[in-house]
Amino acid sequence: MARTVPTSTRIGFTALAWIIALLLFSPILWVLLTAFKTEAEAIAASPTFLPQNFTLENFAAVQDRSDYFKHAFNSIIVSVGSTLLGLAIGIPAAWAMAFAPTKRTKDVLMWMLSTKMMPAVGVLIPIYLIFRDLRLLDTVHGLTLIMTLINLPIIIWMLYTYFKEIPVDILEAARMDGAELWNEIVHVLVPMAVPGIASTLLLNVILAWNEAFWTITLTSGRAGTLTAFISSFSSPQGLFLAKLSAASLLAIAPILLMGWFSQKQLVRGLTFGAVK
Amino acid sequence: MGSISLQHVKKSFGEVQIIPDISLDIKDGEFVVFVGPSGCGKSTLLRLIAGLEDTTSGQILLDGEDMTKAPPARRGLAMVFQSYALYPHMSVRDNIAFPLKMAKAPKALIDQKVEYAARTLNLSSYLDRRPRALSGGQRQRVAIGRAIVREPKAFLFDEPLSNLDAALRVNMRLEITELHQQLKTTMIYVTHDQVEAMTMADRIVVLNAGNVEQFGSPLDLYKKPANRFVAGFIGSPKMNFIDGPEAAKHNAHSIGVRPEHFKLATTATSGTWKGKVGVAEQLGSDTFLHVHVEGLGLMTIRTDGDQTFNHGDDVYLTPDPTRIYRFDASGVAI
Amino acid sequence: MATAQTRTLSRVMMAPAVIVLLIWMIVPLVMTLWFSFQNYSLINPMMTGFAGWGNYLYVIGDPSFTQSLVNTLILVCGVLVITIVGGTLLALLLDQPIWGQGILRIIVISPFFVMPPVAALIWKNGFMHPGYGMLGHLWKAFGLQPVDWFNQYPLFSVIVIVAWQWLPFATLILLTALQSLSEEQREAAEMDGANAINRFYYIIMPHMARSITIVILIQTIFLLGIFAEIRVTTGGGPGYASTNIAFLVFRTGILSNDIGAGSAGGVVAVIIANVVAIFLMRAVGKNLDA
Ligand SMILES: Nc1ncnc2c1ncn2[C@@H]1O[C@H](COP(=O)(O)OP(=O)(O)OP(=O)(O)O)[C@@H](O)[C@H]1O
Ligand SMILES: [Mg+2]
Repeated sequence: MARTVPTSTRIGFTALAWIIALLLFSPILWVLLTAFKTEAEAIAASPTFLPQNFTLENFAAVQDRSDYFKHAFNSIIVSVGSTLLGLAIGIPAAWAMAFAPTKRTKDVLMWMLSTKMMPAVGVLIPIYLIFRDLRLLDTVHGLTLIMTLINLPIIIWMLYTYFKEIPVDILEAARMDGAELWNEIVHVLVPMAVPGIASTLLLNVILAWNEAFWTITLTSGRAGTLTAFISSFSSPQGLFLAKLSAASLLAIAPILLMGWFSQKQLVRGLTFGAVK
Repeated sequence: MGSISLQHVKKSFGEVQIIPDISLDIKDGEFVVFVGPSGCGKSTLLRLIAGLEDTTSGQILLDGEDMTKAPPARRGLAMVFQSYALYPHMSVRDNIAFPLKMAKAPKALIDQKVEYAARTLNLSSYLDRRPRALSGGQRQRVAIGRAIVREPKAFLFDEPLSNLDAALRVNMRLEITELHQQLKTTMIYVTHDQVEAMTMADRIVVLNAGNVEQFGSPLDLYKKPANRFVAGFIGSPKMNFIDGPEAAKHNAHSIGVRPEHFKLATTATSGTWKGKVGVAEQLGSDTFLHVHVEGLGLMTIRTDGDQTFNHGDDVYLTPDPTRIYRFDASGVAI
Repeated sequence: MATAQTRTLSRVMMAPAVIVLLIWMIVPLVMTLWFSFQNYSLINPMMTGFAGWGNYLYVIGDPSFTQSLVNTLILVCGVLVITIVGGTLLALLLDQPIWGQGILRIIVISPFFVMPPVAALIWKNGFMHPGYGMLGHLWKAFGLQPVDWFNQYPLFSVIVIVAWQWLPFATLILLTALQSLSEEQREAAEMDGANAINRFYYIIMPHMARSITIVILIQTIFLLGIFAEIRVTTGGGPGYASTNIAFLVFRTGILSNDIGAGSAGGVVAVIIANVVAIFLMRAVGKNLDA
């Protein structure tokens, strides 16, 4: 950027931006700080900023009451598993749409996306009954299946927008070089689309990790993910503020860290081809 | 072996007919150039041969075998794209080795062939670079290298030099011709540059709106153009065409004279056309004069570079009577 | 491109995705439709048989339905307005030459990573609780009476929480779009004598139209189904003040165990979503071609 601005303007903008950003961040900061306070300090009439009696007992209590590691493990399996499964189904479909489009391709894409608009509540009851009959209730694989289905349209759309940027010449060159479709996809398309596939993967892990409707309605003890874990803290309020914060922090920390580290990739993915 | 035969090949995209009906026989080892104006269907024809597009009807035979329905991977042809189409995530070495890997060649053989191709194409010191770190000419060589390691039945080139600058283009032109002499493999080369066509080809296919206007050796096309389109397309600068009474004198609907087939004088002699010099393009070796001829319009004349002309000079032109091309009303040569 | 062979292959490649999504869409929908015409209650097993339009009349006739519908619209539109206006302003600010841009981006995007139940719990207990929430403390510091947000302004409170979650998304997409506007384009506009406001209207806004469309599309997809935030905070109340269609169906079908009526509500929800979907897809489809 070659724009030059007076230093005073720059200071003003910087201050404003930081104030707004910190306000937006304050709920997360609150969780971070409260998690290390005692319950008494957390609800004190005159609030403290930093924990006065730094304590880790909230975390121990949380783990005691409802097994964090089991839930976290389920979350990882479901979010990563459903994303990988989604990519396995989505990459071939996106290849077809991007490189062998027909008149109906755009409609198919829009239709896929519209299945995402279908309100989950509209189909909750039948899904619940089907799951009950197939003994999929409260299983990790059942939940992974649902998560794959609800995120598949997003996966396909993102991949489609990335694939469309790859010159078709290169795939044709591979065909001329004797590559069958499988080799064309594995040795040429996928390696060229790595950045796009990575951001698709990241975004969908996050979406699956944070999904709260199906995880809560279809699981209970055994296959519960972190959203189910945190919901178990939502009912008894009041005196549980610090423990609630500790549980919240545990639930969001993994994805928050992942998000921070992959922020660049992710934002590129988030734009859904909206920015050329 | 690499003879290619097209039999009544037709191609439409939806309703639009791009290639009405083409039959063509290309002999093993020939260097054939497809030339024609932009949008005439050269690339389409090449892609039909490659198998990247389906024919609407008609057959494509390779070495006498019907390959019309075969996928590109099984036709045994190699293609060099205008955009080079190198694999950006692979080193030069892996790019060149890719077709061999796809053919499941043993490792030792792959190494040997890649080394050989790299030596032939002067790429040995770039083998570990990525394509992005190469110049345009080097990229083009990698693309050619990738094509030759397969030892294909034929090479297909789609305007391979059009992204290069003029000097490099001349070099690469020579290199490809050299390569052809060496390999003696059939090559089909698409270009819209008629200098490339004339200098490289054993035979040229002149295409216009999806039709073959003429198929013959460069000199045939130059000396005996089948029609007005070919006469106008081959030769640079373009042939001058004259209609009306002057053509009727030669019993033709129109006549054509190439710029290099005029005698030029500054004083009047009998049977000459009088004109005024417009623009004079001096190239050093030659001078191209654009002359406004009375009653006949603007004509281009080639003279040697020694004489100088000024805007508005009067000149007298005598067409070489043995080199006047005559065409009938439908443009066919007579 | 595309030979008959690649076309065949492409159909094969698309088949798994199309088939699973078709099943995913049709099977439950047909079942929901079927239930919606049945008398089916888990509390009262005696009530069985064909219900005709009864369930629909019951659901649509109930005043809570109209209110939920209105609430859904207010929720979706409210969040969209806040996030797009706020996101645009914030993106314009972050696009200025400021110090610490990289860290700011990370801070600003953070709420997007917070799962909805956690977001709701933080706001409910840490901020909006009249007794010990931070906003309560702030009000007291100014000598004001703390507000009981979820009782007094239930829907507004939910909107605030949801907007907080989606503002980063809008901001970052719009910021990326802004930054992709080439410096040359801006300079050309400046050379042409356009002032800041003209530049915003004639250069920046048209450039961002596509991104804004995408933001609206994606957010609407998620906002129509807002559930966890309501369940955790207000439970849809007081009364039906913060119940949206999604939550109404949940209340009827799951909490009241009236599968028939719940399904009828579900069908209505699907119809509404489809109306919105068709409307949006038209707009987006056009914008995506460009
Ligand atoms: N996939 C396609 N769908 C529809 N029309 C096409 C398609 N590919 C090419 N065409 C049309 O076919 C005609 C011939 O195209 P082609 O690319 O073969 O021309 P060309 O002779 O190679 O031109 P150039 O010298 O500009 O490369 C053009 O009018 C083009 O618009
Ligand atoms: Mg072409």
